[in-house]
Amino acid sequence: MPKGVRRRYLALKIDSEEVFSSREFMNAVWNSVLKLYGEYGASQTGLALIDYDEEKRFAVVRCVHKAVVTVRTAVASMTEIGGKPVAVHVLKVSGTLKALHNKLGSA
Amino acid sequence: MKRTFADLHLRPNLKDSEQVRRMMRKASELGYRLISIPLPTNLPEEKIQQLRNMCKEAKVDFASRIDLKPQTSRELIHSLRRLRRKFEIIAVACKSKPVARQAAKDRRVDLLSFPSLDFRRRFFDKAEGELASKSLASLEIDIKPLLTLEGPTRIRLLSSLRKEVAVAQSFHIPIILSSGVSSELLMRMPRELAALASLFDVNRTSALEAVSKNPVAIVKRNRGKLDPRFVAPGIRVVRRGNDCRKA
Repeated sequence: MPKGVRRRYLALKIDSEEVFSSREFMNAVWNSVLKLYGEYGASQTGLALIDYDEEKRFAVVRCVHKAVVTVRTAVASMTEIGGKPVAVHVLKVSGTLKALHNKLGSA
Repeated sequence: MKRTFADLHLRPNLKDSEQVRRMMRKASELGYRLISIPLPTNLPEEKIQQLRNMCKEAKVDFASRIDLKPQTSRELIHSLRRLRRKFEIIAVACKSKPVARQAAKDRRVDLLSFPSLDFRRRFFDKAEGELASKSLASLEIDIKPLLTLEGPTRIRLLSSLRKEVAVAQSFHIPIILSSGVSSELLMRMPRELAALASLFDVNRTSALEAVSKNPVAIVKRNRGKLDPRFVAPGIRVVRRGNDCRKA
């Protein structure tokens, strides 16, 4: 029987004074992945938005475990969202949402 | 064991002490425990002490650094003789081949850096690597251009960096990843700098060493040498004058 897809959940913090919608945020992440790795590379990431808090400027995204470095690199290379300067930092990476929240809680 | 992360190239405006303070605090928040800021040669000792105190408040260690930009190798030798014992880190911006070669073979140089946009002036080739492997110099790579550049320029920079990293690794020259930024929004966490290094084929372990073990080793080595008790590698003054027991 084939093994299930191993996934990773990344907790992201948006460092900016501005507020962005989840759509704006994910567009910026996808653009960054596309710029660095192209459509072929982007198709291998399995990137999806799981949770987004506009006010707290906090997001959780999911990707394939082999694409963690790809996503981390793409996120680190983001310098703006919708023309406004930002920095996005990866706070924690985990294999399950529960473990991610535990790690964030204990940090 | 927990890593000590270092960013040896923060470039705040030294005239704006509030910005300097903010960047130091940000570095601490991002997980750095050692930072360095390039200082002008004529900066008074009180100002350096003030920077050290600000770093202490932000709970990060501070290493003094100077960036030399000599036009000739003679000028480089002169500057090294004058400044080596005043600063903990000496970086040389290699703008010409003779300067690059002299910097690579001189044991007083800690970091070799090359202009990120002028690709014809990136002299880190095999000859440079061979010279640097016999001295103590490390290759410094600033991440800032990777964040600010786009399109063909960034592609060309990545290609140059990939070649330089391959040369450095083949000659066992330590690589130092620094941010090289002058604004807080361009500062990145150490693991993010390491992830960005994957773009020019640095593996995860080497990339993490480039933001932790390698820069920390340079500062530790130089602090040892600047210690007044230092005589030569492996030889230190333990007691002096009246402290010495008669044999």
